[in-house]
Amino acid sequence: MTKKRFSALPGFGLTMGFTLFYLSALVLIPFVGLVIRACEISWADFWRLATSDRALASYRVTFGASLIAAVANAAFGTLLAWVLVRYDFPGRRWIDAIIDFPFALPTAVAGLTLASLFGANGWLGQFLVPLGIHGAYTPLGIVIALTFVGLPFVVRTLQPVLQSLEREVEEVAATLGAGRLRTFLTVVAPALAPSVLTGFALAFARAIGEYGSIVFISGNKPFKTEIAPYLIFMRLEEYDYAGAISLAVVLLVFSFLLLGAINLLEQWAANFEHQP
Amino acid sequence: MAAAFSSQDSEALKKSQRGTDESPFVKWTLITVALAFSAVFLLLPLLNVFGQALARGWTFYWSSLTDPDSWAAIRLTLIVAGIAVPLNVLFGLAAAWAIAKFKFRGKSILITMIDLPFSVSPVVAGLMFVVLFGLQGFFGKWLDAHDIKIIFAVPGIVLATVFVTFPFVARELIPVMQATGTEQEQAALTLGASGWQTFWHVTLPSVKWGLLYGIILCNARAMGEFGAVSVVSGHITGQTDTMPLRVEKLYNEYNVPAAFAVASLLALLALITLAIKTFLEWKQARDFRKAQEHKPDSRASGGAMDYPLSTNS
Repeated sequence: MTKKRFSALPGFGLTMGFTLFYLSALVLIPFVGLVIRACEISWADFWRLATSDRALASYRVTFGASLIAAVANAAFGTLLAWVLVRYDFPGRRWIDAIIDFPFALPTAVAGLTLASLFGANGWLGQFLVPLGIHGAYTPLGIVIALTFVGLPFVVRTLQPVLQSLEREVEEVAATLGAGRLRTFLTVVAPALAPSVLTGFALAFARAIGEYGSIVFISGNKPFKTEIAPYLIFMRLEEYDYAGAISLAVVLLVFSFLLLGAINLLEQWAANFEHQP
Repeated sequence: MAAAFSSQDSEALKKSQRGTDESPFVKWTLITVALAFSAVFLLLPLLNVFGQALARGWTFYWSSLTDPDSWAAIRLTLIVAGIAVPLNVLFGLAAAWAIAKFKFRGKSILITMIDLPFSVSPVVAGLMFVVLFGLQGFFGKWLDAHDIKIIFAVPGIVLATVFVTFPFVARELIPVMQATGTEQEQAALTLGASGWQTFWHVTLPSVKWGLLYGIILCNARAMGEFGAVSVVSGHITGQTDTMPLRVEKLYNEYNVPAAFAVASLLALLALITLAIKTFLEWKQARDFRKAQEHKPDSRASGGAMDYPLSTNS
């Protein structure tokens, strides 16, 4: 019955055909091309190129900074979502509107302005640098840029969940004698946990691949502040295609593992919401 | 079900909430921390762009923007977005129509494939096109023999931009088209409208806000893309530098005020994008509330006459 109703509309052949053609030409063929080239590299070469000292150092910088930034986003993102949903204060709507600013701002501009802000002569740097806090051309700068870039993820994942959270449950807990902190930890926090984790994973995944903003703020010093995507770029500049592709494969495999994890987390979060 | 509570309940609800709220001290501490964090990570970076861009006065600002090489970068960015965005809109409409209005096997795989570009690092995306069209690439020799330049030329920049902005329109449109269902299109077809007429006069108006939402996000990313474009552009000043690449070049040449001048245009684009986005979300929330208000009435009068909601976004 439903099948018949759906096939009554025209244009399936045309739109599906165009969709598959366009998808193949612009996404699948480039993707398969990279995979074929990667398969042409011998296992020994791949291992040597993907685990050179400089490559390992770049993974450490990339994953380390991304992890710290994602943790910062989880903490401050949760706080921001909570404050925006639960409290009323002057300027609340403006902050709510500007949360997505990091998504809208080109990454190059983000890197440029953050590097300037935290540089020795910058608005913040002039106070921070004398205190020994160097926010530009250091690993800390990478963390700052990645925190900026990933900021909206946790807030935007959490906001709808917080809004739909039923206050009655908290009231019951309070009536039964639980203090506010205990209510939060035992009633509210478990309900938020899947969404916080999802937002964390999204911010982490985004941070792993980030390039534009880091280039400006990190200084790109090999072994110190060089991220993996930048090393891919350098290998390409040297026409070392095998080197670039090997690193790209490592990044891609990790991205897909994270994507799988995010899908599982989202399912978990959805189950949580549908519980009575 | 929350809407079912009447006003007398809400008075009691308010009273009991007082017992479940944080103390004013905790509340205002949290608000202060949130405001401070937003100031450092959102407000100051934004103000700093315009502050630095105008630090040397309007004359310098204007001359930085009208510098031939910067001007060429602005033009190229507009051209690239002018090609990439319409292409992805066309694709988004086709994909959403096929996915939302029909049933077929492998639908979820198709949706995953469409989302694929979002999980690829921009630099890796650029690398994919170098592997295909670069001199050592699959089609490199053939392209070279026929004197066609893709990598280190405008076509490569367009391809890389299309790739990174690929899912935006489709992923906004699919849920909207699914929500509107197929009843209205079927009514139009029954009344004798052709397929195209149905699409133009029934489907398109019902998804227009969702489409606009997808377009502005797609455009913002297309104009601001850095990583993927950086790999394929070749950085030829005045020829293959887009605005973000121009910003980097000026920065590396220690011409920071000029870099900020070009960057300020991109920041302005981000602000306009945010403003339209906020407006569309506000509109969507308002339409949703309206639809919710009408719902109980229709149920009370007609029972089963629950007309399909034309959710606009």
